[in-house]
Amino acid sequence: MILKPGIEDLKIIGFYLGKIILGLAFTMVIPILMAFCFKEVNPALDFIIAIEISVLLGLLLIKICHTDKDLNWMQGMIVVSLSWIIAMVLGAIPLYLSGHWKSFLDACFDAMSGFATTGLTLVQDLDHMSYTHNLWRHLIMFLGGQGIVVIALSFFVRGFSGAFKMYVGEAREEKIMPNVIHTSRFIWMVSIVYLILGTLALGITGICNGMKPVNSFFHGACIFMAAFDTGGFSPQSQSMLYYHSPVYEIITIIIIVLGALNFKMHYHLWTGNRKEIFRDIETVTFFSTITATFAIVAVGLAQIGSYPSVFVLFRKGFYQLISAHTGTGFQTIYAQQFFSDWNPLALTGVIMAMALGGAVCSTTGAIKMLRIGIILKAIKEDVKRIIMPERAVIAEKFHHIKEVFLEDKIVRGALIITLFYIILYGLGALVGMFYGNSFLESLFESTSAAANVGLSCGITHAAMPAVLKITYIIQMWAGRLEFMSVFTILGFLYAVLKGK
Amino acid sequence: MKNKLKSIPIILLFIFTFFMPACFASGINSGELIKNAKQYDGKLVTYSGEVIGDVMLRGKFAWVNISDGDNAIGVWMSADLAKDIKFSGSYRSKGDNYEVVGTFHRFCLQHGGDMDIHAQAIRKIASGRALNQRLNIDKKNLSIILLGILFSIWILTLFKKKSKMS
Repeated sequence: MILKPGIEDLKIIGFYLGKIILGLAFTMVIPILMAFCFKEVNPALDFIIAIEISVLLGLLLIKICHTDKDLNWMQGMIVVSLSWIIAMVLGAIPLYLSGHWKSFLDACFDAMSGFATTGLTLVQDLDHMSYTHNLWRHLIMFLGGQGIVVIALSFFVRGFSGAFKMYVGEAREEKIMPNVIHTSRFIWMVSIVYLILGTLALGITGICNGMKPVNSFFHGACIFMAAFDTGGFSPQSQSMLYYHSPVYEIITIIIIVLGALNFKMHYHLWTGNRKEIFRDIETVTFFSTITATFAIVAVGLAQIGSYPSVFVLFRKGFYQLISAHTGTGFQTIYAQQFFSDWNPLALTGVIMAMALGGAVCSTTGAIKMLRIGIILKAIKEDVKRIIMPERAVIAEKFHHIKEVFLEDKIVRGALIITLFYIILYGLGALVGMFYGNSFLESLFESTSAAANVGLSCGITHAAMPAVLKITYIIQMWAGRLEFMSVFTILGFLYAVLKGK
Repeated sequence: MKNKLKSIPIILLFIFTFFMPACFASGINSGELIKNAKQYDGKLVTYSGEVIGDVMLRGKFAWVNISDGDNAIGVWMSADLAKDIKFSGSYRSKGDNYEVVGTFHRFCLQHGGDMDIHAQAIRKIASGRALNQRLNIDKKNLSIILLGILFSIWILTLFKKKSKMS
């Protein structure tokens, strides 16, 4: 028998949702400070209105649903999935008010794309956007990359046991520190230290490239946030092509690879344990799949012979590949060039890289390296079972943080999530094809949305059908949260309707 | 021989006077250039649009990104040509509109394979201008109304607390 959720369940969910909304409203102060620095009055008003609406909603929820009770697993998961939807709507308010989006749905699309660190965009006339709105576009990637709930846990929630339930709901299971709130703070510390170093590196490069100092550091900060959080937005419409700089490309490659690593790996690196890079199943799988998928891309590009030299093939091919594999979405070619200059083999290599993703407990989306590594180990174990004598005892192990025995339960978990991702990629592709796009184009864009990558072959634009926009929004949301909290909310809705 | 050399400037003047305007006149848009890049590769093209972002000086040359509304394409030109650019498109300004005659490269070997145009001549079509950002009264009013609602809720909460205490 399914139990109908009670008023108490709704109150607990509403109360914690209210707290997260207040946390989100607090982050909107940052663009307002930027607006004051650059004397951008109307953009400041956009954010003041958004803050007021957010605070109003947050306070009402806290007051109406006030409770001292802690969250259970179901409530924690629902708070997370709803907080991402509410963040999308509230985050879209200042974007829509700027006048750079044709509809509120388009602004919601970009807000979800930002929070989920995807990078697909429907923005209009980006090259004339204010510093304030541009900062917000990149800041939501920084916030979403770390996790919206992680923000609340780090700054607005004082240790309660429900914290871990929300943390897990945001597709993070690993505790870097013994306490989940300390873990959240460590994630922030790592991100802010890299933010300072990355902005400096990109800012100085920008000045050397001939940009104005203010612009170069502003772009540096924005590009860092989009790169480290494997997001892919950029302050100008040309993405990386705007800078005409190989040095800029190399720096962004370093940052996006750092962003694709597990935060636990950063902890090891920071504490001097560098051997962990070569031992951990995730990093080993990551570098192996980069090599394998790049080989496919390189063979494809060599076959078609578009690029005039090996150097150009490597520069263009590898950048799009690493951008796809880490789920970033920066491009050094125009979207249309994917289909005019790349053949199906090279595109398949990029789609595969997008589908795989980076490390768990990182800012990337997609299936992720730990699961791929586990599945490959399981295949290896099964092959061993066939080859070895029947009586032989085979026990496969893998190293991820510590030595772990490969149990059926672990393999099953990895396979189920992988299967869900493949279904999600496929469903989006079907909707794309329904609207008249080719199979490869549809699969490319769908995988890019669901794996939170942001590379586009040209399907994503303001004139695309609303159903396709909503499909990609759902894909970005479900892909970022890795299904569990999404399924919980579906189950909750079912219980509300059918429960007794 | 000397006479032949003397005639070169006259011929060049003739070409610039009669043929360059014709060259400027038949423009091509960015969508067409990107879509049919193979067809235009290495050819002289005329492309026009608004200068956006920074004019990035690189020694004796400069990168100028020019947008025709659909896409922006990088134009590599001499720093002397770039000197004339007064406004570049941003939140605060509408950039100068330029018409560029130059060689289109599908994968420019000089610039690591980027798609670009190496300008031979540029012509200003329209001057840019600073954009006045007037205060949006509707936004101001809405923010004041919302602030009023928030303030009222706060006062109500205070009253509620006081009545509970008493």
